[in-house]
Amino acid sequence: MSVTTGIGELPADPILERRALIQSIARGSLARRAVVSRLMLGVCGLAFLAASTVLVWIVYLLVAKGFHWISINFFTQDPLTPTVFQQNLLGGIRNAIRGSIVIDGIALVIAIPVGIVAGHLLAVSENVFANAVRSTAEVMTGLPSILFGIFVYEFMIIRFHSHFSGFLGGLALTMIMVPVIMKASEISFRAVPASIREAGLSLGLSKGVVATRIVTPAAAPGLLTAVLLATSRAVGETAPLIWVIGNNYVATWSPYKQQTAIPIAIYNGILNGASPLQQAYAWGSALFLVAVVLCMNLGSRLLAAFLRRERH
Amino acid sequence: MDSAITVPTPSGAMTTGDVEDPRLGAIAMRLKDVSVSFHGRMAVRDVSFEVPDKRVTALIGPSGSGKTTLLRALNRLHDVTRGAKVEGEILLGNTNLYSREIHPTLTRMRVGMVFQRPNPFPTMSIFDNVVSGLRFNGVRKRAVLNEAAESALIAAALWDRVKDRLKMHASSLSGGEQQRLCIARALAVEPEVLLMDEPTSALDPVSTQRIEELLSELKARVSIVIVTHNMQQAARISDLCVFLLMGDDGAGEQIEVAPTQKLFTDPTDRRTLDYIQGRFG
Amino acid sequence: MSTGPITESAPGVAPEGRAPGRVKRPRARSDGAYWGILYGTTLIFVVVCATFLVTLVTSSFSAWGHSGLGLITGTTWNPDKQLYGALPLIIGTLVTSAIALVLAVPLGVLVAVALVHLVPRRLRTPMSSFVELLAAVPSVVFGGVGFLVLAPYFQQHFYPWLQSTTHSFGPFSGTFSTTSILLAGIVLFVMVLPTIVAFSRDAIAIVPEEQIEGAMSLGATRWQTLWKVVLPSARTGITGAVTLAAARALGETIAVAMVIGNYFKVPHSLLQGGTTLASALATQWDGATTLTISALGALAVILIAITAGVNYAGRSLLRRANQGATL
Ligand SMILES: Nc1ncnc2c1ncn2[C@@H]1O[C@H](COP(=O)(O)OP(=O)(O)OP(=O)(O)O)[C@@H](O)[C@H]1O
Ligand SMILES: [Mg+2]
Repeated sequence: MSVTTGIGELPADPILERRALIQSIARGSLARRAVVSRLMLGVCGLAFLAASTVLVWIVYLLVAKGFHWISINFFTQDPLTPTVFQQNLLGGIRNAIRGSIVIDGIALVIAIPVGIVAGHLLAVSENVFANAVRSTAEVMTGLPSILFGIFVYEFMIIRFHSHFSGFLGGLALTMIMVPVIMKASEISFRAVPASIREAGLSLGLSKGVVATRIVTPAAAPGLLTAVLLATSRAVGETAPLIWVIGNNYVATWSPYKQQTAIPIAIYNGILNGASPLQQAYAWGSALFLVAVVLCMNLGSRLLAAFLRRERH
Repeated sequence: MDSAITVPTPSGAMTTGDVEDPRLGAIAMRLKDVSVSFHGRMAVRDVSFEVPDKRVTALIGPSGSGKTTLLRALNRLHDVTRGAKVEGEILLGNTNLYSREIHPTLTRMRVGMVFQRPNPFPTMSIFDNVVSGLRFNGVRKRAVLNEAAESALIAAALWDRVKDRLKMHASSLSGGEQQRLCIARALAVEPEVLLMDEPTSALDPVSTQRIEELLSELKARVSIVIVTHNMQQAARISDLCVFLLMGDDGAGEQIEVAPTQKLFTDPTDRRTLDYIQGRFG
Repeated sequence: MSTGPITESAPGVAPEGRAPGRVKRPRARSDGAYWGILYGTTLIFVVVCATFLVTLVTSSFSAWGHSGLGLITGTTWNPDKQLYGALPLIIGTLVTSAIALVLAVPLGVLVAVALVHLVPRRLRTPMSSFVELLAAVPSVVFGGVGFLVLAPYFQQHFYPWLQSTTHSFGPFSGTFSTTSILLAGIVLFVMVLPTIVAFSRDAIAIVPEEQIEGAMSLGATRWQTLWKVVLPSARTGITGAVTLAAARALGETIAVAMVIGNYFKVPHSLLQGGTTLASALATQWDGATTLTISALGALAVILIAITAGVNYAGRSLLRRANQGATL
């Protein structure tokens, strides 16, 4: 009488009747529902483990197959001609490393100022022009990178009769880096408190001085994150370079000569790679490249996480 | 010492005649020394009272006194909160909700909950919202779903408004209608107890009044425990009042449990008097 | 860079530049330089982007003139005979991306669910970063691993097993070599996984807690809550994630070029070689004639239209999902 579970009584009340029915169905289906829930959450956990394993597996493969080839010579020598089949005469990838430095260096020199200044504009203005630029940058980051290689080829080599060179590779990579730097630096500029900017302006400083002396230093760590992120992307790019840089087997610092780059060395090593020697180049270079790229990417993430914590 | 003071009643209509004590009727739920802590810090300590069957019980108290925390303990919603721990006994009928005899999922269907802000499922139609609880619990028969949906929507005074547009999205309803939809959704699984956490605080006065009117009809069907900040509301709609107050260490404690009319006209504890006269909180 | 003329044309400068008063003048002038540099630099970017588009479009003119719409509908790509039919490439692009998504969407969404609802909150960011780091691995490395490790394994074990279990059913019929459309799809699957995980995770994480509690308080199990309430609420964001992943798969170049076999006919089986629009741009360039270069330009234009469109759609969806959450 004092307990209203609705079970065991003989209810005339339709509510009690339905309550009894629903509760019995719920009870009956409970075991199945609980098992399905456990099972599916387990599947989610397994999916997560599987996805995490892929990176571990790739890094493991690279270390297992590539570490063996890495020595001082690997970084200080040019590749020996492919006719040499003794493993102890395997050369290095000095040419590719130097090429990457030249090409990415050129790209950085152009992309950093352009990307940061344009990012600053996006952060301070909200007009039609800024919105159009923002959308353009978004579309550009989504395009396949090889298109930039084709563009530089068509524009510089076909139209202006330039020739294959590291410089053209740098131009192609610039087009990949600028939108990335632009979008990321917009975010860091926006994160600078408006009060700082206004304090500078109220002192009678010009907008330019406030931007360069006050806002940019305040945003500097964020800008560094942006540059690291863009560089880690550009360093691994292969596709745009194959159209414009030509090839070389002897290291050079010259931006006007034909160049090669680490990802290109991997690509060629694999595609010409009937011989184990060529594959050795590929695995060794891949290990080196992935190490460099992951460090940069991780560095930019840690920096970003650190900045987020600072801000809170 | 203070019992001689006469209290101005918040609702003028209240008479000073004999108070019917809702605690004398049947009991829906029994709390024994219920404490809730988060990461070892007590938020509610040693609350014990009985929820009368087919009545409205109001939980009142200043902000931070643990009303929401206590309410959520009553249908095991704290189970999914990290660091939350519930101690004591909460008996629904003869079963302790926190014993191994009853699965938390079943507890939650037997003790329904209406939240502060209307939270209909935005991707479901009005009909699907109402029967979602039934479907979660394995009810498939179309006839049962239809009948339960109609009965729940009628009980929530929403049937006439929505019977021609059951297929429409729930987000097409007004705030007050959405809250009544949430009440219908909770009612559709025919819970034995319905918990409501400030169900009208996000609504305009007209919608609030409609829901208050609804509650007096709903108690024929289900026992209600409602948290409210609004003294007038508590006085108008509840039969039993539980007053919680934050103790010295920040944990909410139960100060007084009494039939609403008694609590508002002749409280035993000085602090209750202070609170209902608006001296703090 | 000269700032003078640009300052004049830069929007937003005019009111400040014309500010009267002797005291304000020096400041106004240097503000002019400030806006001039901002707009001038940004304008360079815009001009380069426009040149990019115009150059590729014009470079493709002679190919369109030569083949017309046959460039899209033609089934034979043979530069030696001046036949430029891109249908096999388009089909290859769509099929490889479809394989990638069919595999990556369920896995990626489940991983995202695990990140939000299984992994402790404090570990969520590091764990997510771990999956997302996969996106930082250069394409050429995926291609290399696919070509040197997966391809031989597939040829020896996976394809024979697949044919024997499916009785060489349609898409799995015929003779096979090491590289194939299926292999390309699987490599792409791994490459787009981080995209799906990262964006779906954000979409799932912004589903309001009150939705989850609403479902739980009706007696839903955790999985029912996720499946019936959380995932449907997050569907706009998840669709956006999948769309962005699709854009990435459709445009992937080097990795696909290394594992797809570069076979320029309409494929009859997933175990055969094939090619895609993007990978053809990487493999068909060497020693090409002027007309072939122009035909590649046409492929580039088709590729821009597809990837920019899909990418834009994905970003719009994500924006819509985020706005829905803040309302
Ligand atoms: N998830 C949680 N984790 C940690 N502490 C919590 C949590 N939920 C509530 N608390 C703490 O428990 C105490 C009581 O909070 P509760 O929300 O129950 O108060 P309330 O009486 O409902 O207040 P209000 O009237 O403002 O809604 C507060 O001190 C709060 O900080
Ligand atoms: Mg509360």
